[in-house]
Amino acid sequence: MDLSATFRIILLVLLVICAIAVNLTKNLLQAVIIFMSYSSIMCILWILMESPDLAITEAAVGAGISGTLFLLTLRRIRKEDDKDGDQE
Amino acid sequence: MIKDYFDHWLDGECDPTRDIYEIARVPDASRSELKDMARKSREEIASRDTTRSAISAQKKGFYAIYTIVAIVSCIALIGVLLYSVSLLPQYGRVNPRAAAVVERYIEDGVAETGAINIVSGIILDYRAFDTLGESHVLFTALLCVMVLLRMDSKNMRNKKEDYALMMHENFFDLSHDGIIRTVAKVLLPSLLVFGAYVLLNGQNSPGGGFSGGSILGATLIIAASSFGLSRIGNVFTRRASECATFISLSFYSFAKGYVFFTGANGLENHIPKGTPGAILSGGLILPLDIAVGIVVTCTMFGFYSLFRKGMIGNDN
Repeated sequence: MDLSATFRIILLVLLVICAIAVNLTKNLLQAVIIFMSYSSIMCILWILMESPDLAITEAAVGAGISGTLFLLTLRRIRKEDDKDGDQE
Repeated sequence: MIKDYFDHWLDGECDPTRDIYEIARVPDASRSELKDMARKSREEIASRDTTRSAISAQKKGFYAIYTIVAIVSCIALIGVLLYSVSLLPQYGRVNPRAAAVVERYIEDGVAETGAINIVSGIILDYRAFDTLGESHVLFTALLCVMVLLRMDSKNMRNKKEDYALMMHENFFDLSHDGIIRTVAKVLLPSLLVFGAYVLLNGQNSPGGGFSGGSILGATLIIAASSFGLSRIGNVFTRRASECATFISLSFYSFAKGYVFFTGANGLENHIPKGTPGAILSGGLILPLDIAVGIVVTCTMFGFYSLFRKGMIGNDN
């Protein structure tokens, strides 16, 4: 088995681990970060599969913008929680 | 008895729902009294041992069934997905069913579309109607987020919530952070140039509307989070973003909408294709790329702005 195939298999295993870890993580912030690392791994895999177009989009959207949106949503949820806590 | 009732009702002699209405009529008690009554009766019911055990037994049964159903449906879904994966062509192999189309794209793609990057040639020439649908999906998503999250005069927060939001914004505003400001100052010009390059060079190198637009959108997000959302909002107003999105989408629709009536074989293109490899090549691909890029940029930044502040731009 040559080096690139080993690299691919390591990346694919990491991908599966990330996908499972997102579901099993209790902390939402950690889940978002794991999800972003999932996108980064997927981005490298797209490059290895010779589709750089998808890799660029995955890096920008998957690892960047969707992660930012998730973080903003988390902040919004926490804020709502805090407000409810004050009123009760 | 029910049959009698039904027959009477069919003959129009009585109204079977009359009793129900009378029972359901709200008693003339004030809201707090009603709440007290409901609480008392709930406590009374909950304090009885038999009800409590019955409730817990029911809960247990529900959770047992729920777990079993969840596991079974998960396994079924996994099986279906694995089965469909087994039908796919092997990893990295040629799909025998689509081989003819792929050959046509690879052999004649450059000559027919004028784009060296075959992917761009496919998504903006052969299959431009797919991309048309995708850009409209993005636009629709932005509209949905606007419907859900936008704050205007009709659903304004009250003063206290507004104050809490403002304090929150100031606390999380990173525009006073020296490190982030400096890094952003260094990064932003090169990011903008890179985004524009990926967007405009889509027909020659990997990239195009979606990639370039999302890079530009991410650049705007970095600018907004490091220099303050209101400063970007002065330039990127809601009206400007609406105008840009509308013009791009209508341009795309006018340029490629006819494909829905003529099928996948587009009309003959009178824009010169140019030499493959030059910036101005590929005929209609470059303008369509720019249109898609503008839509994607506006959508991405609009998402960010709506998620963070509930409005695009400063004035609503």
